[in-house]
Order: sequence, then C-alpha cells, then structure tokens
Amino acid sequence: MFEDILITIATAATPLLIAAVGEVVVERSGVLNLGVEGMMVMGAVTGFGVALTTGSPWLGVVAAIIVGMLFSLLFGFLTLTLVTNQVATGLALTLLGLGLSGMLGEGFVGLPGIKMSYLHIPYLTDVPYIGRLFFGQDPLFYVSILLTAGVAWFLFRSRAGLTLRSIGDNHTSAHALGIKVIGIRYLAVMFGGACAGLAGAYLSLIYTPQWIENMTAGRGWIALALVVFASWRPWRVLAGAYLFGAVSIGQLHAQALGVGVPSQLLSSLPYLATVVVLVLISRNRRLTMVNTPASLGRPFVPDR
Amino acid sequence: MDTTPLANGRNLLEVRGLTKVFGTLKACDQVDLTIAKGEIHALLGENGAGKSTLVKMLFGSLEPNAGEIAWNGQPVRITSPGVAKKLGIGMVFQHFSLFEALTAAENIALSLADDTPISTIAAKARALSYSYGLPLDPDSLVGDLSVGERQRIEIIRCLLQTPDLIILDEPTSVLTPQEADKLFETLERLRAEGKSILYISHRLDEVRRLCDSATIMRHGKVVGHCNPRVETPSSLARMMVGTEVKNAERTTASVRGEELLSICGMSRKPAGPFSMPLKNIWLSVAGGEVIGIAGVAGNGQGELFEAISGEALQESADAVRIRGKSAGRMGISARRLLGAAFVPEERLGHGAAPRLRLSDNLLLSRHSTDGKAFVGTGGMVKSGAIQKAAQRIIEVMDVRKSAPDPEAAALSGGNLQKFIIGRELDRNPSVMVVNQPTWGVDAGAAARIRQALIELARNGSAVLVISQDLDELFEISDAIAVMHNGELSKPIPIAEATLERIGLLMGGAEPGHLDPAKEVA
Repeated sequence: MFEDILITIATAATPLLIAAVGEVVVERSGVLNLGVEGMMVMGAVTGFGVALTTGSPWLGVVAAIIVGMLFSLLFGFLTLTLVTNQVATGLALTLLGLGLSGMLGEGFVGLPGIKMSYLHIPYLTDVPYIGRLFFGQDPLFYVSILLTAGVAWFLFRSRAGLTLRSIGDNHTSAHALGIKVIGIRYLAVMFGGACAGLAGAYLSLIYTPQWIENMTAGRGWIALALVVFASWRPWRVLAGAYLFGAVSIGQLHAQALGVGVPSQLLSSLPYLATVVVLVLISRNRRLTMVNTPASLGRPFVPDR
Repeated sequence: MDTTPLANGRNLLEVRGLTKVFGTLKACDQVDLTIAKGEIHALLGENGAGKSTLVKMLFGSLEPNAGEIAWNGQPVRITSPGVAKKLGIGMVFQHFSLFEALTAAENIALSLADDTPISTIAAKARALSYSYGLPLDPDSLVGDLSVGERQRIEIIRCLLQTPDLIILDEPTSVLTPQEADKLFETLERLRAEGKSILYISHRLDEVRRLCDSATIMRHGKVVGHCNPRVETPSSLARMMVGTEVKNAERTTASVRGEELLSICGMSRKPAGPFSMPLKNIWLSVAGGEVIGIAGVAGNGQGELFEAISGEALQESADAVRIRGKSAGRMGISARRLLGAAFVPEERLGHGAAPRLRLSDNLLLSRHSTDGKAFVGTGGMVKSGAIQKAAQRIIEVMDVRKSAPDPEAAALSGGNLQKFIIGRELDRNPSVMVVNQPTWGVDAGAAARIRQALIELARNGSAVLVISQDLDELFEISDAIAVMHNGELSKPIPIAEATLERIGLLMGGAEPGHLDPAKEVA
C-alpha cells in the first residue's frame, strides 16, 4: 500500500520534473520561455498519435521530443532572432499549442492508447516493499532521474555549463568575451522544448494512456513555478516536483476520504509555495544574486 | 614629433580613416592609428573624445562605418570580439565585463582556452594573480568584490590570454599606487617580450612614465601625435582639452566651523561573507572643511559609505550625527532631510537608474527633500519644475549629452558623474559625502567636480570624500584619514601629510588610531 502511494507520487512528479529541468536550462541561459504548457501539450498529442499509428510507444516518445524542439525553435526564432518580447511570445506559444493540439487530436478523442510497459527485472522487481519502487517503474521515470543528475552536472561541473550560466548572468559581458550568445541560447531553448515534449508524451503514454483535449491541465505552469521554487537548481527541482506530486496525490486521497479541505486550496498549493519561496529567497540579496539568472527575459541585441 | 612609422613589417596594427557615426554624431572621424610591435602606445583624450568608440571597433564590439584595419600588414575585418581574440587582441574594459554571480576563478576560466580543466583554474588563478602582484581570492563571488578587486580580475583575465596587443582602458583608476607599480612592471615585461599595448588613461604622469608614443584625440578626431616622455603634463593636457587645464584652487580653510557630521564609535558586522567589518570608527567633519578618506580598495570604504548614507542602519542612533541630530537609526531620506547629500561609488545602477531619463533620476533622489518643489498636491509630479532643475544642473556642471533629456546610461561616465554630483550640489547640502567622485572621469570634468566640492566646503558645508586617488585627496582635502582593514586612522592635516606617510597607513603599517603627534618624530 505504502509502496503504491510512493509510485503514484513518482508518476505524478515525473512529467513536472522533466519539463522543469528542461526549463532550468533555458532560464539559466537567460531566456524565459513561458510556452512550456504549449510545448507539453503538443508533445502529448504527437506522442499519442505516433504511438497509436505505429504501435510503438518509443517512436511516440521520439516524435514528441522532435515536435517539442520544433515548437521551441519557433519560439527561439521569434525571441532570439527577431527579438520579440519573451513573455508575450511564450504566452502565444502556449495558446497556439493548446489550440493546435486540440485540432490535431480531434480524431484521437476516446480511442484507447498504447501504454508504455513498466520495467521488470526478475527477482529485483519482486523484492517486497521496495522492489517495484526502484526496479519496476516506467522507463521515463529513470530517464527523469538521469536527466536531473545530468543537468546538475552540466550546469555546475562542466565548462559548457559555466558558459551557459555566464550568458544568463550578463549577456553583454559574455558577448564581449566572444561567446556566441544567440547560438547557445538557441540550443538551450531547444533542449527545453525537447524536455517539454517528452514530459507531454509521458502524460499521454504513461500517466493516462489516452488523448484528452488540454490534458496537460496546467502542469506546464506548475513546471514553470517549480523552476523558481527550486531557485534554478536541478536537485531542488526534483525535491519540489516530488513535493508537488505528493500534494496532488494527497489531494485525491483527501477527496476520496471526504476530508473537508477545499480541493481548490490544495491545487493552489504549488503556486502558494512558489510565492512563499520567492519571498524567502528575495530576503537574502546574495542568494538571489547567486541563483537568479540576472539577464532572465532581457532581449539581447549586440551593439553594432 | 610625428612618430607614425612608415608602413613596414614592424607595425602590428595600422588603422586608416576609421569612422563611426551614431545618428548625427561622428564619434570617430577619419581616425588613423599605428601601433608598432613592442611599444606601449597611449591614447589620450577627454571623455567623449571617441577613445572608447575607437577601441571598441578594434575589439570588434562595434562595426566601423568606414576605414580599414591592418593587422601584421594584412587587412582584416574584426566583426566580433571572438575574431579579435583569435587575432591576438585582448582588452581590459573600463566598464567591467565580469559576471557578478560567478566566482573570480569562473570568470577567469571563461576567457581561457576551452580545454583548460575547470577544477585546476582556482589554484592557477591564485598563483598567477600573486605573480602579477594583484592578489585575489579565486573563490570569492565577483558581486561581493570592490571595483579595485574587480579590476584585478579583468587585468589578470586579459593577461592570461597572452594576446599580442593588449588594450587597457583606464586600468589604474582603482588601483593603489603600489598595485599600479606592479601593473607597470608587468606591462614593461610584456613590452620586452615584444607585445604591444594600447594604453588609455587620464593620468598624464603615468602616460609620461610608461608610454613610448601617444595619439591624442579630441571630438572624434586625431589632433596630434607626440612622444609623451618629452612633454609635460600640462602640455599633454593642453593638447587633450585644447585649452589650459587648471588645478582646483584651494584657499586655506577659514576658521573651522561647527561640527556638522560626526561618527562616534561606529562598528558594523560584515554584511556578506566577503565584505569588511567596520571597527570602532571615530570621525568629525566641521563646516568649511574637506576631509579625505584614503585606502586600498576593499578596506571598508564602501561599508563606511553605506553606514553614513543610511543604506545600512546602525545599532546605536548616536553612531552617526548629522548637524547635531542622532541619525544612526534613520534611513536615507531622513538623513537627507537633515541636510546631508550622498553620492555613491557606482554611477550606473546605484547613483542613477540607467534606463531612466536624467529628469526622472533627479526626481528619484530628491522627491522627499524637495517635495514642495517637485511634487504638487495629491502626489502629482511637477514635470516642468523638474525639467527646469535638470536643465540648471546640466548648465552649471557643463554636462554634455546627445539629446535634450537622455537616459542616464546614454551619457559617458564623466558626464553622468557631473550630473549626479550637480544634482546633490544643487540642493546646497550642509553635509556632502562622496565616494570616488572622479573615478574614470577625464581631467577637465574631474577638475570641475573637485572645484565644486571645495567651493561647497568654503561656503560652510562639511565635505567627506572617499577616494582611492591620492593626488585628488591631496589636491582637495584639508586633512586625510586612511582606512585599513575596517579601521580608520585619525585625520592627518594636509600640511603634515606626505605621500609616504599615507602610503604606509594604507599598507596597514600602523593600524588603528595613531597619534599624529608621536608619529611625526
């Protein structure tokens, strides 16, 4: 029973984690892409459709990643090359994604989907109490943990990560050092898009293997909030994603048990927690300075 | 006089007819410049003369409208800083190009070759910084460092790239004399190795000591070449400005007025892990006098300024007294209302909001002290009165600008500083506290600012100047106190102060409150 609850929490947390870790990389490079929800829902519809037509959930995952990247490339072209406002463009991306996915997925509504099979290692998975938790989950769960570790290592241990953070801190200085600001931001934006697409595929291939319009249901926004909640640090994103996952599962259980807490209050908890964290970190100027990408959302036009 | 050599293989860089136009302003107009291999070449000129525009084009940050650049005899197009770095051009910027959220070592790592292992950089940076005589802690966050320490990182970072041509834009303005000497030794060593250096400075005696040849610019044009070793500072200044530059005139202080600013036993815990604590500071500034505070960058001057201005509150209300009133627990506006005025070290971002117009910046700093003049009934802003006041300041301080009411960031450093000082002087404050009044400001503007500070004191106000420029302090102060390691020495009257004596105190030879009487012997 306890193991079951932990696994459902992991299932709720994984899509948040994947999308938010991707967005950490984007924002660390100084770009604010508010289109996570839109890229996620496009990933969900693509993953579902491709898996259904080909019969392979893995092909669905790959297609979702590609579509997420293409969508983010559109965002990148608008904000980085044409220097449009990042906030407005990100919101437009979300609206576009929600509308387009609804149209593309019209024929999929109500069809039974293909569920990705769970990992099963003989003996290990069958260990009582912890076997399924560690060795019997869906493959993307493991991907999400590796992704977090990889991004944490990349950002704070690798030279390329240092370059990326330097651009997020001060793009003018980075340009003066000869760093290709725009090129690296394109790569970061596309990585974020790929992660959002993957997170979307998780929803339509694992979480609830079917297509429902707007099935992301605000998870893209929670992922965005998580990034701030975690002060742009991957391992804190993981902690936050599991915390929010636990809250949303707890909310279901609470409703089932008829506990008198309004569900609206519970579903607003992630956002409330984000506000509290923002207040707490802004109390310490130094912490804010170290963790917040200083040029976040600011357009970069090289002085010619 | 004309040192332009013939176009032969000895020239590292040759620039012909380089022109850059911003709107209607010709920032650089047909500029020619030749730098030979193994020479230190000075680029002189007032603020706005086009020096920075010229070097930005050489470094690829700006694209010229016309003209050509030849490197080692080959015509090149320097389209980006990356291209400049590949050619072998390194630059130390006047406005820092550092990353505040990263450590010193990470900042240095970013400009090194890609294959340098990241884990070794801290140790390497520490060793190299000591060998260049510019010690720094590689693990400290740049955001916690003073301008002097940031300058060290910039210089070390540039030198580590082993460029053939090093462009230094005002490198010594925030270094101590000893640090500057170390830098000169390094530059001379580089020259002996055959490297070339383009040296921009307002300190003419430095230029005369260090440089082999000089190009002088005025209003975007090259107005002359000379050998600085055979010139005098005043002949160089005359070429730069076009007219004679006067040193600030200092009449001896009249009778010492009543005490207007006093600091009594102020102590402060370090605000961040890398900032300096203040230790039991006593100081009194009377009306009519200018007190200077000297010290090596990062010895607590910034913390002292914050404590006096009210950016940081004191535990005891009596720690700061302004015109006899205990102000230690008061905020900035309350202290201003007592008649004090403050000019912080950083012009952009601290002294002025970069993206706001000058008139808005004026309102920002004076809405509470001049509430009646600038804000009408119901909190409505009187824009007419503000415009008029801004115009008055611009005229009095001779602020040069390209638009009627430009954004603060659009002004050159010297002109913005003139505006910020003028903004406070316009109030006729009875206590004026200034941190680094003329950092990176050209000779003409600096002289004007210093003269204005002296005049303010002679009209009965108390003036406290924190500066790392000793020449400046000797020029304007009636007494100089030295900060070292968060402690402040007793002020030494200017008649008894010598460079050597101040230098010893700056090095921490006699910490704490020495007794000047005993020390004289």
